[in-house]
Amino acid sequence: MLQILRTRLNQGHRTTKFPLELPVLPQRFRGRPEIDGTKCPEGCRECADACPTEAIAVSGGLSLDLGKCLFCTACVDACPPGAIQYTTDYRLAVNRRKDMVLSTGDLKLAERMRDDLHRILGRALRLREVCAGSCNACDLDTNVLNTVGWDLSRFGIQFVASPRHADGLLVTGAIPRNMRHALIETYEAVPAPKVVIALGACAISGGPFAGSPEVNNGLGDLLPVDLYIPGCPPHPVTILDGLLRLIGKMPSAGDAR
Amino acid sequence: MRTPVNGCDWLTVRQGERADIDSVPRVEPDAFAEHVAAARGRGERLAQLFGRRMPDGGVVLHAFVADDREGTMKVCRSELRRSDGRPLQYPSVTGRWPAAQAFEREIAEQYGVHPIGHPWLKPLRYHATDDGSPAPWGAFDPNKPIPGDYPFYRVDGDEVHEVAVGPVHAGIIEPGHFRFQCHGEEVLHLEIALGYQHRGAEPLLLHRNATRSAIVAETLAGDASVGHALAYCTALESLAGAAVGVRAHAIRGIALELERLANHVGDLGALCNDVAFLPGASFLGRLRGEFLNLTLEICGNRFGRNLLRPGGVLFDIPPEMADGLHSRLDRLQPEVVRVLDMMFEQSSVLARFEGTGVLSQEQSEEIGLVGPVARASGCMRDVRHDFPHGVFQFSHLPVATETTGDVYARAAVRWLEVQRSMEFLLELLGNLPSGRTFAAPGPLCPNAVAFGLSETWRGEAMHVAFTDDAGKLAFVKAKDPSLHNWFGLALALRGVPISDFPLCNKSFNLSYAGHDL
Repeated sequence: MLQILRTRLNQGHRTTKFPLELPVLPQRFRGRPEIDGTKCPEGCRECADACPTEAIAVSGGLSLDLGKCLFCTACVDACPPGAIQYTTDYRLAVNRRKDMVLSTGDLKLAERMRDDLHRILGRALRLREVCAGSCNACDLDTNVLNTVGWDLSRFGIQFVASPRHADGLLVTGAIPRNMRHALIETYEAVPAPKVVIALGACAISGGPFAGSPEVNNGLGDLLPVDLYIPGCPPHPVTILDGLLRLIGKMPSAGDAR
Repeated sequence: MRTPVNGCDWLTVRQGERADIDSVPRVEPDAFAEHVAAARGRGERLAQLFGRRMPDGGVVLHAFVADDREGTMKVCRSELRRSDGRPLQYPSVTGRWPAAQAFEREIAEQYGVHPIGHPWLKPLRYHATDDGSPAPWGAFDPNKPIPGDYPFYRVDGDEVHEVAVGPVHAGIIEPGHFRFQCHGEEVLHLEIALGYQHRGAEPLLLHRNATRSAIVAETLAGDASVGHALAYCTALESLAGAAVGVRAHAIRGIALELERLANHVGDLGALCNDVAFLPGASFLGRLRGEFLNLTLEICGNRFGRNLLRPGGVLFDIPPEMADGLHSRLDRLQPEVVRVLDMMFEQSSVLARFEGTGVLSQEQSEEIGLVGPVARASGCMRDVRHDFPHGVFQFSHLPVATETTGDVYARAAVRWLEVQRSMEFLLELLGNLPSGRTFAAPGPLCPNAVAFGLSETWRGEAMHVAFTDDAGKLAFVKAKDPSLHNWFGLALALRGVPISDFPLCNKSFNLSYAGHDL
């Protein structure tokens, strides 16, 4: 017992002050990309060809689809003029699929859920997580929010065991054929009104597995999605930032920096 | 290039070498099972057994048998050809060597090949065969909703009841289905049905975009990204005959051990959680993140994505970063040791760990377990020690073993490995070799086969790669250690109270995605 208390004292207080204090991520962390099509040499499509998931389009001006982006460095390495550069801005969550196509550095970050939903779900959001064809990384970095480092429950957000106790689903993975049925059944078991969160490149677009005949290329039109959180996998703070935006608990949401 | 030794029907290959495909000895299909199973009698281990479809519609079986003492892999093949419209078939290896059970189910499911005499032939991942031909258990029905819709083995009796769990679990974990046959609390039998995570990953390892293939290798099992990337890179580099610089090797080793530390520390915390020792769970849960953040520092991703590529690593560790990592790890080490000492001194923890979910060494050998789970049952095997490659040629890590084969042993092996990995990292970060970090590997040798092995935190990952006449990558076979070990979990549950299932499951902590591919 004494040993436990000593170790407890030694451990100290470890919960981040987020969102009152914002984290500083390492220089090599790859967050929101900044795109500057004016740097593109005439007719160049090196970045688009290098991209492993065809997330980059060059016709009609340079653009990048964050829903497909795996945050690797193939495009950056392929572009000496530096038309695509990663920043360390971890804020990536958006409400609509089309908001993920970037042609500058601007990203329309997620807004609070509709008022009628917010009245019911905004103060205590309970989610059931459904892993459907993820590699487990998205799931692990969601689970991290439950550690003392992040202490998710202080925001009124909790992951629950049963869909019947939940207000919505958080879905990871490319949705294999073999998980499709279980996912839909789980969704139907959640009482209305409910929200759906698509977490990670796989759930948004199929990620590295897009195009495989065994997967649905992410949620697509399978379920109505309220929040998209891009990344492969997204950093825990990216996930938390998205969840807090959805329930309107992100202070001064528009200008967090 | 290796050629077979005269008079021996196995080709011997070492890690890092490649072999001419035609030099792999052929064994007649009828003699294949006996030939492969004879290796068991010599104390060797079945590392891989897979099929490959040939242009003429036949299937070539390849067996890779590991001689852990010699650090060599022995390879043979057998060509199955269609005759008189009969399905492809051969006498099963599994009847003679249970370690082959999942491999032969995979072969049957992928190509419709019949391993005659397989004692428990059933689907592995629930998908259609490559040419639409029926599998031995019948044609695949894509409209059947879930893999768990299958006649599970049943125990009947007045007081026997059945418990079904999954695919959607209570925690934030991957999907799978567990079917227990219980008498009261006691589990008489557990059958595990997987396949929910099947993404069709293997063909994507041949994607025309090389970055995509490498990322698919990293996401086969996303918590073992570095381990799988290492096996994948080693296989491709061996095909190219590329020499990777010692500095790149060292950085790969650092990433691999950080991955091991994060997962082992996380697992030990989760084990505490499963026995309601919450101080251990919360301290270790947080400490796991510290190791992930060291990896984040190196390559910008907590899971080591985008660090390893064939030819080396994409990120260097400059001296000031090495110093920073060293001092952070130096602070972490006593903290981790202190928390783990506390955990292993709690009688309430030990009482739940000891004697729970026992697997004997004999059982482990028979079903071919790998990784910490095998070492906990006294099996001496660790790729870093047995097949040293890269940085492990210069730094010899002792193999951590226990003998009791219970949850305690599986936890204690992780504890030992955590200590050794931290020491290894402190030494390496303080003394990084110089040299280049990346050089494009160059063209692959045509008509060749090579493999890459790595000791991921779960055990042996293996990638086998083949090229065609033009030196183009033609086939890659990936194996996650979980493919060996899931059966071990089912066995360990026999006679255990069902309330100890979460604890036993966590002590294995296997990958669903890595199994389902």
